[in-house]
Amino acid sequence: MSSNVTTSQTVGPFFSIGLCRSIKQNLVEADVSGERVSIEGRVLDGDGQPVPDAILEIWQANSYGKYAHPEDDQDKPLEANFTGYGRIPTNDAGTFHFSTIKPGPVPDPDGKLQAPHIAVSVFARGLLRRLVTRVYFPDEPANDSDFALKLVEPARRGTLVAKKITGPVGAALEWNVILQGSGETVFFDCGL
Amino acid sequence: MARIFSYRRPHPDTQPRYLHSPYASSIKRAPAKPPVYLPQTLSEITGPSFPNVETEVKATDLTRQHHGDPLGERIIVSGRVTDQDGRPLRQALIEIWQANAAGRYLHESDQHQAPLDPNFTGCGHALTDNEGKYRFVTVRPGAYPWGNHYNAWRPAHIHFSLFGPAFATRLVTQMYFPGDPLLPFDPIFNCTADESARNRLISVFDWETTIPSLALGYRFDLVMSGREATPYGALT
Repeated sequence: MSSNVTTSQTVGPFFSIGLCRSIKQNLVEADVSGERVSIEGRVLDGDGQPVPDAILEIWQANSYGKYAHPEDDQDKPLEANFTGYGRIPTNDAGTFHFSTIKPGPVPDPDGKLQAPHIAVSVFARGLLRRLVTRVYFPDEPANDSDFALKLVEPARRGTLVAKKITGPVGAALEWNVILQGSGETVFFDCGL
Repeated sequence: MARIFSYRRPHPDTQPRYLHSPYASSIKRAPAKPPVYLPQTLSEITGPSFPNVETEVKATDLTRQHHGDPLGERIIVSGRVTDQDGRPLRQALIEIWQANAAGRYLHESDQHQAPLDPNFTGCGHALTDNEGKYRFVTVRPGAYPWGNHYNAWRPAHIHFSLFGPAFATRLVTQMYFPGDPLLPFDPIFNCTADESARNRLISVFDWETTIPSLALGYRFDLVMSGREATPYGALT
């Protein structure tokens, strides 16, 4: 016997009461290995207006390409101080930012390596279920052969790749979430 | 490791589409293009866990987070979290948030004419036990007006956020109350086409968990994605 999964409902406009108890915008402790990256961007609606009531959740491997999860049985080091999970709300200008490390590559279903990426869930008022997308890294040769990027029509792949910018404290990456319309971010159907 | 035991995908119409025009906020926020089908990889079948989350009494009893008792009807909300095959999901993090008994959220964007309650914040969290069970003590939230359409009112509801075993199983939903006359008119409750899927968002009044002279019990069970029976991907 198999039941249906419980139906999703929107987080609504007041989710900060329940979800912002545990904001995590900085995933990096001092002794975590890997290249530090600061990623910022905006969530925009179909009119190009900022979305101030959105919240992102991210999930990624550590710099070795190992997930802190029992089903990752790769022979790669785990780091106790790196969970790979973050939760990042947008502010009144629809802007978000987080600090992490560039993840190492993880395998795809064919046993080849995927390009380094961060899995992202987007929740907001108006989204009846979460949106799923990915952040990839600029100047990364592995992007050309990446399993998931190849599923996307070439003209839209760029929406998944962060861009280098100069941030307030040095180099940073910009990656935006365009919910609808021109330049719409690629969203994935990965299940729920 | 390359062979992947995926989590099953939902049956059509048992989950909402992104665009549901009666819900005005979806109109400019729903993507116009269909999502790209992504077979699950190691990135999707893993996900965060929260072994160190504090679950002191205050986290699960929303009536004991302040010096005094909150106003309103005290209730017990409990249930079980399982996968689609009925297996309990253990140590699953549940976060809830809700309006107070007057229908007002402790949030700067909620400015409707109902009082805040100094003894009620409206948020809690819990980890499921070894049988997948959870239990909260709270007050029954009030209905409240919103700007979606003329004379629009949200039925009483409690927001639920759940982390299952994987990124692919992440779920956020809302729990409703049986017999609420506002349900047929609520565009959010009605966003899912399948009627039985919708109706499982309505909790069940429960004598078993009702505490005499103290609190009525409502039962709300949640189902998260189960596994495919066969793996895919290359053996390495």
